[in-house]
Formats: sequence, structure tokens, C-alpha cells
Amino acid sequence: MSKASSPGAADTFPRLLLEHARTRPEKTSIREKDLGIWQSWTWAQVADEVRALALGLSALGFQRGENLAIIGDNRPQLYWAMAAAQCLGGVPVPLYQDAVANEMIYILEDADIRIAVVEDQEQVDKLLEIKDRLPKLRAIIYEDPRGMRNYAQPYLHLYAQVQERGRGVHREQPDLFDREVAQGADSDVSIMLYTSGTTGKPKGVCQTHAALMAAARGACQFDRLDASDEVLSYLPMAWVGDNLFSYAQALVAGFTINCPESGDTVMTDMREIGPTYYFAPPRVFENILTQVTIRMEDAASIKRALFRYFLGVARRCGAQILDGKHSVAFLDRLRYAVGNFLIYAPLRNVLGMSRVRVAYTAGAAIGPDLFRFYRSIGVNLKQFYGSTETCAYVCMQPNAQIKLDSVGPPAPGVEVKIAGTGEVLVKSAAMLSGYYKRPDATAEVFDEHGYFRTGDAGYFDQDGHLKIIDRAKDVGKLTNGAVFAPNFIENKLKFFPYVKEAVAFGHEHDRVCAFINIDLGAVGNWAERRGLAYSGYTDLAANPEVYALIQDCVSKVNAELAADPMLADSQVHRFLVLHKELDPDDDELTRTRKVRRGFIADKYAALVAALYSDVSSCYVETEVKFEDGRKGKISANVRIGNASTLAIDQQTGIPGSRGPEVPSRKSATA
Amino acid sequence: MSTLPPTGRQIGDVLLGVEDISLSFGGVRALSGVTFDVRQGEIRAIIGPNGAGKSSMLNVINGVYSPQQGTIRFRGEARRGMNPQRAAAQGVARTFQNIALFKGMTVLDNIMTGRNLKMRATLLEQAIYLGRNQREELQHRAKVEEIIDFLQIEHIRKTPVGRLPYGLQKRVELARALASEPILLLLDEPMAGMNVEEKQDMCRFILDVNEEFGTTIVLIEHDMGVVMDISDRIVVLDYGRKIADGFPDEVRSNQAVIDAYLGVAH
Repeated sequence: MSKASSPGAADTFPRLLLEHARTRPEKTSIREKDLGIWQSWTWAQVADEVRALALGLSALGFQRGENLAIIGDNRPQLYWAMAAAQCLGGVPVPLYQDAVANEMIYILEDADIRIAVVEDQEQVDKLLEIKDRLPKLRAIIYEDPRGMRNYAQPYLHLYAQVQERGRGVHREQPDLFDREVAQGADSDVSIMLYTSGTTGKPKGVCQTHAALMAAARGACQFDRLDASDEVLSYLPMAWVGDNLFSYAQALVAGFTINCPESGDTVMTDMREIGPTYYFAPPRVFENILTQVTIRMEDAASIKRALFRYFLGVARRCGAQILDGKHSVAFLDRLRYAVGNFLIYAPLRNVLGMSRVRVAYTAGAAIGPDLFRFYRSIGVNLKQFYGSTETCAYVCMQPNAQIKLDSVGPPAPGVEVKIAGTGEVLVKSAAMLSGYYKRPDATAEVFDEHGYFRTGDAGYFDQDGHLKIIDRAKDVGKLTNGAVFAPNFIENKLKFFPYVKEAVAFGHEHDRVCAFINIDLGAVGNWAERRGLAYSGYTDLAANPEVYALIQDCVSKVNAELAADPMLADSQVHRFLVLHKELDPDDDELTRTRKVRRGFIADKYAALVAALYSDVSSCYVETEVKFEDGRKGKISANVRIGNASTLAIDQQTGIPGSRGPEVPSRKSATA
Repeated sequence: MSTLPPTGRQIGDVLLGVEDISLSFGGVRALSGVTFDVRQGEIRAIIGPNGAGKSSMLNVINGVYSPQQGTIRFRGEARRGMNPQRAAAQGVARTFQNIALFKGMTVLDNIMTGRNLKMRATLLEQAIYLGRNQREELQHRAKVEEIIDFLQIEHIRKTPVGRLPYGLQKRVELARALASEPILLLLDEPMAGMNVEEKQDMCRFILDVNEEFGTTIVLIEHDMGVVMDISDRIVVLDYGRKIADGFPDEVRSNQAVIDAYLGVAH
């Protein structure tokens, strides 16, 4: 790459921004749907907005090296705030916008936040609620003035007014901004992202411009992304993926990012934009497929039959055709072409995936059937592997080398090796410079040769693709010594549209048991269809027919597990449907919606004990937090279901049915 | 968007005067000699047991019924020969106890109907979507989008109303009433049949409308918690007569009101 002319010459994100404003001033940089219309800003306009905000921030006393909190949905103004902080040599710290006020205290305090840029009244209210406990916080800048009329606090500032002030500064000192940008170095910290805190308190991961840019450049070249691409930015800004896809890569490649109108309109907005480059965690792909499945069940019988037939065709040959393999029979190609005309293309269009060239998923294991579904209908869905600490850039699946259960070979410029313990170790340029104010934790995550310990257990397969099985610390053992990978089992359960979350227990137990959260949408629809009345989640969860439905799912998973000699011992013997939905507000899930297994095991110790005894139901009372911060109690008599497991005949290795230990009807009527 | 200067809430002069109104249907006296006033910018509640004449009162203000006796003064002028359309033209909008939306039309189209009185294009122009109509339509659409944004119903913009849950339909009805940019907004049991969360949302929206647009609101509501929380003053009717009128605290401790609700031996 020639260093002089291409945007590749700039070594910090602010310089990249100015470079784009110079080389492609009229090209659209960012869009937002507002008042029903897509509003756009060109690179030149964005540079101007960012400059105004940066100078306004500096007039408010924002200093080089200082951290700037950013809280809100994906809004252009908040992305500009990130750039503005970087222009001044500061560090943006995006927070999860749906976190309750109390959860924000720790991060705001830890990051020494003095100024926060927030989206609207909702976020302002949260900060005001905890302001007393944040002595350092001295200015809150809000973007949306609605409902803010009667707020008179002197430390509240309207975003547009801060920018106005910045424009004034620019008129007086026209070279101040350029001087500030010129002072930045690629070794400066460009962003600080807090880990989700699955284990202990969240830690601030510091990424330099150089590290993040290495990841962004590598990934852009890998998939040949350029300025013509379109991305939908709808995932939390506090998450490393959004940072990479919607900010770092957009600045490196110069492509356009699109902010949806609101969280509820993402599907519609996606269809209008038709992104070419798309990222979603498995849960989003899962929700989409659940929606499609539900809607197909409501469709006329001829449509249902067509859908089922062509999905069968796609399952057989769709993925191979996508990969350009020549082994597909002519007749199947013909069938697929007809299916593409009748079903796949219209379906892709409805999902907003007509133009998707590259789609990625990561963050959790994706069910193989789910993964295969998207690939078979012609969406080039791939997996990658990475974490906040590694700029989400460790392994990526190259086009046409897709495997369902691996995450691909190491990405260009990344060195990966497996430790003796089975833990995955990584070395690359795209690596954290350290945890904020935590040299002890930083020292802990690097081994003596400078490799980063990912904490994931995995191995390379014969083609050199990395296969992740579970978190290294989660992999346990049953009392008979068999390997117990809880995530693996949970993911298998979660693949059923009726199961929203699952928590498997088995470490140091003699058998595996599980908690299930039903999916209220899917099971509710199922119940309505059969005329089952229910008043809400708790009621539906306790329904005997729902238990029978879930029991069926669990038994199917058991059949799959039994087929693999390594995992046959991990079959789920007993399960229960939890009386409440697992919720990040109750600390049961992380903000990225991963189950906190240990916390749940402690909180529901009585239920776990019931699973491992032979009782058929257990009474529990659980405290829940409502969205407005009030607390309440849910109490329920939770039933315990038994699933049929398959025994492995030691001599022949052929599974034979052992049947439920206790007839399920008994527990259902208890 | 606001018709008032952005100074927050201010209760002004009398906007609507109801003077000595009596209304009967044959032998049934729905209202007898009811007098009260509504001030500019306030939230005024009308409460009372079933059959007290609350909806009749709203219908009189709205021009659906003509009272046999008494006068209604709106912005200082006494009204004569009123009907709902003229009331709407004067700036009075309302929602209904039983939702009265066009079920087969989308949310957007339903709200657009609220702009109908403000459209100047002729039927022919509207039919061929040309000239003045095109320009007008864009302006009205912009206004409607502001309301959609305000009431946070972007995600159902293109959904037919009949497919929406009850709570959202109520919100759409409020949106349609707001689309006419009313001076006086009449809400007939805006929270009936809602769950707690929907009620909270609706309360928030009513207060926001009042604060942001300075719209004067008259509402009928049965949920006493809500009424006491959000209204500035309350009128209490019983058997067509006014039995109390005042601030929430006064009404709460008024013996006649307690008797009307709990019942006494007559």
C-alpha cells in the first residue's frame, strides 16, 4: 500500500477522518433514520461536526488523556463524540445504554469520568440519580432536548450548544483543532471498553490507535471491504464488535454506516438500507429464524409446503453452491435456481439480506443448523473469533472454507497456539495495551512469552482451523470422569426455537441437569395455536403441556449427544423450566446476554438441589428488579421434568432406550 | 412544534367556561346545572361514578350534544349551534372510550386523517396527487412524523391498526387527536383496560403533551391514583350534578365525594 496517497497513510482515527473529508468530501459517511426519513451526512460534514464538538468539549475543559463517557443508542452524534474525544487526545468510554444507573457507577468512577455525552432524557435521569456518588462528574452533554425543558442544572449542556461554542472557538483560533489532531500518536489509547464482568468487576480494556487499526485493516483486506460498502449500526456501542465494524473499519475503508430509527425498527430499517456487510450475534440470527418459522406456520398450506420443500433442497446443496463447489448435481442446481427465484431471494429480501456480501457472527457458539440455514439460502454467513482484548480479531473464516463447528484459521498477522492446558493463546498487533489502572490484571493475562491468555479452551483441527469448545474454566468433569462442556449442551438446547436460555449443571455431579427458559414469543404462539390460556411468562412456564414440549426438545438433544461417545455421558437427565426469565437487570445474564452460570447456581441453589434429588417440584421465591428500579417478588412452584436418555451398550456401542426414570405424567400432575 | 413559548408549564386564563349546563334525553336528566371552567394549559379531570354524566359532559363540550340550557364559552366566546366538525375546526380534539380508529388502515394513515381539517387541496387534486396536494401531503407527513416520534410508535408506522394490541391502539388514537394540533384535548378514559405498564406510559405521554405543546387537557378517568397524580384540578359529577370541584387534595377529602363513591343511605 502506498503510504502517501491512500487513507492508509493516516495512523490515528482523527487523521483518517480528516483524510476522508479531503479525499471523498461528498460521499455519505453516516445515515440516521429520523422522523421517518434517512438523513445523511457526508465525510466533509462529519469532519465539521466533529471539529465543532471537539472544540466545544475543550472549551468545557476536556483535556488530553481524559476519558469521555458515551451513553446511548447508536446515534451519529455519539459516534462523533467518540471521534471528538480522540481528536483532543482523549479516550472515549462507551457504556451499555440499557444498564441501570447503579451498574454505571462502577465504570464511571473507575474511568475517572468528568464529562459524559449522553443521548437523551432517559440517560440524563440515570446520571442525575447517581450524581451524588460521582464527585468527579461535572458536565453532562445531552443530544436530544425532548423533555429537558425543566432541567435547570448548570452542569447540563445541550449537544448542539456545545458545538455552537466549539464553532465560536474555531473562528477565533482556526488552527487549534489541527494542532490538537497533530499531537496525537498511534501509540495513544484510542478507546476504552469495559469487559462484561462475567467474572468479577468489569475491567477497562485500553486499545491504542495502532492496535485497533491493525485489526480493522486486517479484516478489511481479508474480506476486501471498501468505500462502497454499507453497514447497519445497531449493536451496543460499548461492545468491541460495534466499535470495530461501525467505527474503526468504517474509518479505515471509508464505508457508510447507518443508524436505525430505534431498537424496535431494526428489521424494517435493515430492509430499507440493504447492508452489504452485516454483523449479528447468534441470538439475533436465532430471533430472525424464529420469526420466519412462526410466520411460516401462519402461512397458507401451499406456501408452507413450498417453503419446506425448497428448504430441503437448500439444506442439501445450498451451502456447496454458495462455496462454488463443482460437486453439485445438475438437477439439484436447477432445483436450487427455482428455489432461489421462489423462496430464497424473496426471503433474503424480507430479511434485508439481499445485498449482503459478507455476514459475520461471533460472541457465542452458533447452532450448526442455524448457521447452515443462512448459508443454504445464500447468505455468506461466516464466523470469527476474538474478544475485547484482541480487538475481536483472532480467527476468521475465509470465503468458501467454512466449517460449521470451527472459527477458521488465524487471521493475517495473528499468531495462535494452544497451551498444554488446552487454553487458546494469542499474539498479534491488535492487542490491548493494558487494563485501565490494573497492571496486576494486565500481567495476569499475558504468559511469559507475551501471549495473551484467552481463557477459552480449544484445539486446531486437521485443516488448521481453530475449534472452540467452551470457556477453559467452565469445562468440568462429571464424577465418573467424563468431560462436561456446559456451553456445548446449552447451545444444543437453545437451538430449539422454544428454548430461549438454558443453564446446564453437571460439574462434580453424577449426571447432567438443566434449567430452561422458554421463549415467550415462540411458546406463546404455540400455546395460542392449541388454545392454551396463560397470563404471562410464569404461568406459561408452569404449564404441563409446555413441559411435555420442552421434554421432547431435551430428549432430541440427548439423542444427538448419545451419538458421540465423548459426550454420551452429558445427556440431560432432569430439567426444569424456570419461573422467571433470566435477566441482565437481575445479574443473571451479562449485558451481552451470556448466562452467569455460577451466579445462577448460587441464586437458585434450592432448585439445583431439587434437580439432583428425586422430588417432583420445588417452591421458590425470587426477588426481581423492574425496569424503573423498583423491586418485587415472583414466587412459584417449579416442576421438575424428566427426559428420556439413551444408554450406551458397553459391548456394542449401540444406544438403547432407557426411558425416563420416573414417568413424566407424575411430575406433570404434581 | 409548540404553540406556546418554551417556558414550561403555566396555567393561564379561562379557556373553556361551562356555565349552568343541563341536558336531558326524554325523561332522563343526564346533566343538571353543571358549571365549571378549564384554564389554559391545565390538566382537568372529570370523575364520578358510573352514569354520573361524564361522557355526556365531554360530548357537550365536543358539540355532539346540544344542551337544553346553559352556555359553553370557548376562548371567551359563547358557542351556538355547535357540531363536532366545528368544534374540531376551533381546535378541540378528542379520543373515545371505545377506540374509534380505522382498523384496516395503517397507523400512519390513521394519524394522517387527523390532519384532514388542515388540508386545503380539492378532492380532484388529492385523487391525482398533484401540485398543491403533493406539497401539502409532505408538510402534513412531516408533522405526523413528529408526533410518531413523540409517542414512540415508529416501529408500528406501517402496521394496520387492527393488528395492534389495545394499549398501542389507544396511543395511536391519541396520536390522531394530536395531529390536528388541538388547543383543547378531550380524553375519554385514556387508560381504561390497560395494564400497569401501559398506564404509566400513557400518563407520561399525557404529561409530555401538556408540557411540550402546552395543550389544555380535559380527561375522564376511573383510576383514582392516576387522576390524583396528573390532574391540576378535578370536577366531580354524580347523578348529573356537580358535587365537588377543586385541587386533588380537596377533592380527596370531600365528604360528598366519599359518599358518592362509597354510597350512603339516602
